[in-house]
Amino acid sequence: MTETAPATKPIPVTVLTGYLGAGKTTLLNRILSDNHGKKYAVIVNEFGEIGIDNDLIVESDEEIYEMNNGCVCCTVRGDLIRVVEGLMRRPGRFDGIIVETTGLADPVPVAQTFFMDDDVRAKTELDAVVTLVDAKHLPLRLKDSREAEDQIAFADVVLLNKTDLVTPEELAKVEATVRAINPSARIHRTERSNIDLTKVLNQGAFNLERALENEPHFLDHDHHEHDHTCGPDCGHDHHHDHDHDHHHHDHDHHGHDHHHHDHAPSPIHDVTVQSVSLRGGEMNPDRFFPWIQKITQTEGPNILRLKGIIAFAGDEERYVVQGVHMIIEGDHQRPWKDGEKRESRLVFIGRELDREKLERTFNACAAEAKPN
Amino acid sequence: MPTVAPLDLAGHVAGVAYLGDVPFFAESAGAIHRLDHGHKTVEAHEGLLACIRDEATDTLLTGGEDGKVLRIGVDGTVTEVAHVERKWISQIAAGPQGVVAYAYGKTTHVRLADGTTKHFTEDRTVEGIAFAPKGLRIAVARYNGVSLHWVGMAGQPVELEWKGAHTGVSFSPDGRFVVTMMQENALHGWKMDSKPGSETRHMRMTGYPAKIKSISWSAKGKWLASSGAPAAIVWPFQAKDGPMGKAPLELGTRANMMVTQVACHPTDEIAAIGYADGMILAVRFADAKEVLLRRPGKGAITAMAWNRSGKQLAFGSEAGDCGVIDITA
Repeated sequence: MTETAPATKPIPVTVLTGYLGAGKTTLLNRILSDNHGKKYAVIVNEFGEIGIDNDLIVESDEEIYEMNNGCVCCTVRGDLIRVVEGLMRRPGRFDGIIVETTGLADPVPVAQTFFMDDDVRAKTELDAVVTLVDAKHLPLRLKDSREAEDQIAFADVVLLNKTDLVTPEELAKVEATVRAINPSARIHRTERSNIDLTKVLNQGAFNLERALENEPHFLDHDHHEHDHTCGPDCGHDHHHDHDHDHHHHDHDHHGHDHHHHDHAPSPIHDVTVQSVSLRGGEMNPDRFFPWIQKITQTEGPNILRLKGIIAFAGDEERYVVQGVHMIIEGDHQRPWKDGEKRESRLVFIGRELDREKLERTFNACAAEAKPN
Repeated sequence: MPTVAPLDLAGHVAGVAYLGDVPFFAESAGAIHRLDHGHKTVEAHEGLLACIRDEATDTLLTGGEDGKVLRIGVDGTVTEVAHVERKWISQIAAGPQGVVAYAYGKTTHVRLADGTTKHFTEDRTVEGIAFAPKGLRIAVARYNGVSLHWVGMAGQPVELEWKGAHTGVSFSPDGRFVVTMMQENALHGWKMDSKPGSETRHMRMTGYPAKIKSISWSAKGKWLASSGAPAAIVWPFQAKDGPMGKAPLELGTRANMMVTQVACHPTDEIAAIGYADGMILAVRFADAKEVLLRRPGKGAITAMAWNRSGKQLAFGSEAGDCGVIDITA
């Protein structure tokens, strides 16, 4: 309800997911004790081992609501609606909210709460889904848990943690797995959840204004298929290459490294999530909007996330879209820059996605496509 | 023209009530203010989540982020009813003879007058509690319906099932109906005196553009007023089957402003209607005649209460601008 929306800025919400033992509590303790001058309200499932004295830690039982609209994927977290409403009665107490989920939690209802509940949506803004991955145990987790895979697939930021417990080869494999599940997440390698918090908090990943602005290489890698290991802006990139170079003196060419990775046999047997990256020229809005509506209506349950930048014929501004299951949002973001290539890019992350059909129907939305 | 005596508090007001003729204002920050020959304040909670009036004893009952359930007397004395470390107490209800029900998680705790406490556990989180008007019986709102428990008796609860999340519950004053507020912009009702499974048992009250945060029964329970639309939606409950097949009244309709609170007058068929911009109207059911009680203020109306005679209305807002309206002036 816009009428009830306060004039104040929406409070950013960070969702912290990750399997048991991945390092969530360690990261939370860092966030709460780090001297960044900000205060966070934290919603946890159990107080557990949070060692910090903070009167804004709220314990909450996961309470999944299915919405009565016949859509099985339209789920929200009832407990979050209640706690967020309570917290937002006194918003001056904190600068942001962090939601820590249990290891087995499905991150989707958590995220959808911030889109589907009007009151929550009016006062807060989902900032990013941050997923911690235990580099040592991920392969095992993927064998026995669909949740571990969903958490990665759904993430905006992945912390590949406990890197000190694996060999460089194991680490590269695990990172390739993460990248295969989620080609658009930013991946950071960490030990003991130690990371510059500016890479975790205040990411604006769900903000249409900012989401893709910070990712200049968004989807640039898609033509490599998705079995290489470098994220759009991964800071460890050089370090990684350097290591690699060091061990293979004859391989000192960056491009060569990539080539090498691209053709490495995929170690990924237990991944059921796939991504489909689409790229095209200028789109016809009269075809694109009905298409994306229909795709999200019919394929919604299989779509975990979608993100895209669309160039519409005759439109001077970039149009950005994002979605979670059947929820889709889009808006103009900013004018196209001089010399910027006007192309449309869209990535779907989900299960049982029909790549051929998505490509064909997406291409049929092109401005120059002939109506069928 | 009604006169408004303002009381400016710092922040969100969670509840207002009259004890005797003294208006009380409960701030979400935890302080409880009263206007009793001047402005007096009690620091009750570290964060206050719920504040209701206990009719039986003419006291306030409050629940807080500090895990406390407190009873506040008309002179401001504070008595601790319960204290549960690290739990938020947001659900609280008052029964006969000083009985108090409160909940956290999946369990409702009912503290009887003799100090003993009974416990009732649901499969899902307790989202609302109400005492029946007669007998020591509670209705507990939870996901997919309501559970009815006799407090004094061990035994299976009566389950009223309706798919979806029920976020609050209320008995009609005559006990013939149970009504819940739902997550999905609707009220749901059950007729208590029809056979389980019969078609007249369920009442679906839908068509709201927003979630319903406030409901209020009129004198003798003939009408149920509700928020959740740019008008107060008032359902007729005089007939045997309640509002089934009948259209509600829409009172105090405004073009683009949501009703956030409703409070029916204690004796007459009139409702005070509070809006998202802080305006308050009084509207008569019979002819929809409107009287402006308060102009728009700093924030949405979050609480309203009439005094016993119905001559004064206390109100509070999310921005802390409160006051008392005298309608006889």
